[in-house]
Amino acid sequence: MLHTNLKHIETVGEFKELLDSGAKAAIVCGRMGPMCIPVYGIMEALRDKYPDVRFFDMEFDSPVGMATIRSLPETRGFNGLPFTVYLRDGKVVAATSSIQTKQQVKEILDTRLADGSAAVAG
Amino acid sequence: MDRHYDVIVIGAGAAGLTAGIYLARARMRTLIVDHGTVGGQMILTYQVANYPGVENASGAEIVATMRRQAESFGARVLAHSEVQRIDLAGDVKTVEVEDEGTFTATAVILATGGVPRMLGLPSEAAFKGRGISFCATCDGDFFEGKDIVVIGGGNSALEEAVSLTKYATSVTVVHEFDHFQAQPWAVDEARANPKIRFLMEQDVREFVGGESLEAVVVAHKRTGEITRIPAEGAFLFIGYVPNTAWLKDHVALNGRGEIVTDESLRTDVAGVFAAGDARAKRYRQITTAVADGTIAALAAVEHVASRAKGAGEKPAGKEPAASPITSSEASPAAPGKARDHSRLLRLPRARASRASVS
Ligand SMILES: Cc1cc2nc3c(=O)[nH]c(=O)nc-3n(C[C@H](O)[C@H](O)[C@H](O)COP(=O)(O)OP(=O)(O)OC[C@H]3O[C@@H](n4cnc5c(N)ncnc54)[C@H](O)[C@@H]3O)c2cc1C
Repeated sequence: MLHTNLKHIETVGEFKELLDSGAKAAIVCGRMGPMCIPVYGIMEALRDKYPDVRFFDMEFDSPVGMATIRSLPETRGFNGLPFTVYLRDGKVVAATSSIQTKQQVKEILDTRLADGSAAVAG
Repeated sequence: MDRHYDVIVIGAGAAGLTAGIYLARARMRTLIVDHGTVGGQMILTYQVANYPGVENASGAEIVATMRRQAESFGARVLAHSEVQRIDLAGDVKTVEVEDEGTFTATAVILATGGVPRMLGLPSEAAFKGRGISFCATCDGDFFEGKDIVVIGGGNSALEEAVSLTKYATSVTVVHEFDHFQAQPWAVDEARANPKIRFLMEQDVREFVGGESLEAVVVAHKRTGEITRIPAEGAFLFIGYVPNTAWLKDHVALNGRGEIVTDESLRTDVAGVFAAGDARAKRYRQITTAVADGTIAALAAVEHVASRAKGAGEKPAGKEPAASPITSSEASPAAPGKARDHSRLLRLPRARASRASVS
């Protein structure tokens, strides 16, 4: 159970629906641990500043975590919690592993999820 | 939102939150600003076993309680809010915060703590989260059955090396000196573990790999002999550096970049106090940060009261001889004049050295 103020993605169906909708989204997949809590906090703080982006979390050890974010080609080679993925136009446009700063998250939101930016995975 | 506060606290770790509790409880209008998550290093601590009165709690639980206490007394907490500009020189201090605007205060407490020391290698950033980690408890299970390296020689490094042997096939501890800084019990425990081997007097040269880390390249400090250690994980525990680089033109720092204070935790600028890991002191623990937060808050309350009465209290270094300043060698600056930090650079090492025991 993640104790955050973010919306939780709890089923594979919810993840697929979000991906298929083409919406801009950030999903933090982690545990309630020291490297993850700051990233949830950053997303909560940025939520109001990016009204066109939907912010979620997902439990790392849950079936949905295993079946979705942990199995994506974009997170292969990741071994630092949390895994954070950014979606847009039905694709994963960015993914990061381990703790991030607000500045690093903003940079992705301002480039990969900005209107007019190309949807390129990386 | 209020624009003027009695005291603005920069940093919401153990020191800043404690200062907030004491200030707000003393009916000071108090703003606490943090550019990151509330809690600072406490958030990074899974289990705190040495905070008196709390038998066993996670850092996050202690943080939540401290924040609740501070807010319940009336302190306002702004998290994830970048401090963009400060002016600490005059009677009225100015703090400009991203997206929030400019706040003023009669006193400021600097409680900006520390950040993990990095090696500074380009390959270090490239493999962060792809083999390089700073948290054994968070990421240890990714390295089940793998060979890993632990870099560092303090308590954290050796304790985490031992805990990582639960998962890893082998743990190579790489340290820059020929001896450890850790306490003898931590060294003994690591030495007794058959999965741990030690490479001493090594410089880390590079992290190598493809999609994720494959090896750590080190060089012997005296002979220059290069060793390539095959490893899928590297955990860095090489200490913390004070989060004060941005303050160098505002308050006196010593040669290690730590804020210099006197016993009342006054800096060399009137109305500016420092608390916690960011200041020059010997031991860095939650208890010592909390003690600092208390002292700085009480001193700030006194400063605000004396300002209200029209009197000013003196910055560090202006004490009469009868009241010795035991933990500061700050030379106060005349307003508007460049500070002479040369004396601070000669602070006795023992007095200024860090000891972070986790
Ligand atoms: C992994 C780990 C385990 C530990 N275990 C223990 C333990 O078991 N027991 C114990 O007693 N101690 C432990 N410690 C040490 C203890 O956590 C610290 O000594 C203490 O928390 C320091 O508190 P602080 O408030 O001085 O600084 P910090 O906790 O570093 O807080 C400083 C705050 O200031 C903020 N900040 C920094 N710069 C700025 C800026 N420019 N603008 C705005 N905000 C800023 C930061 O975001 C941070 O929140 C541990 C430390 C670590 C890293």
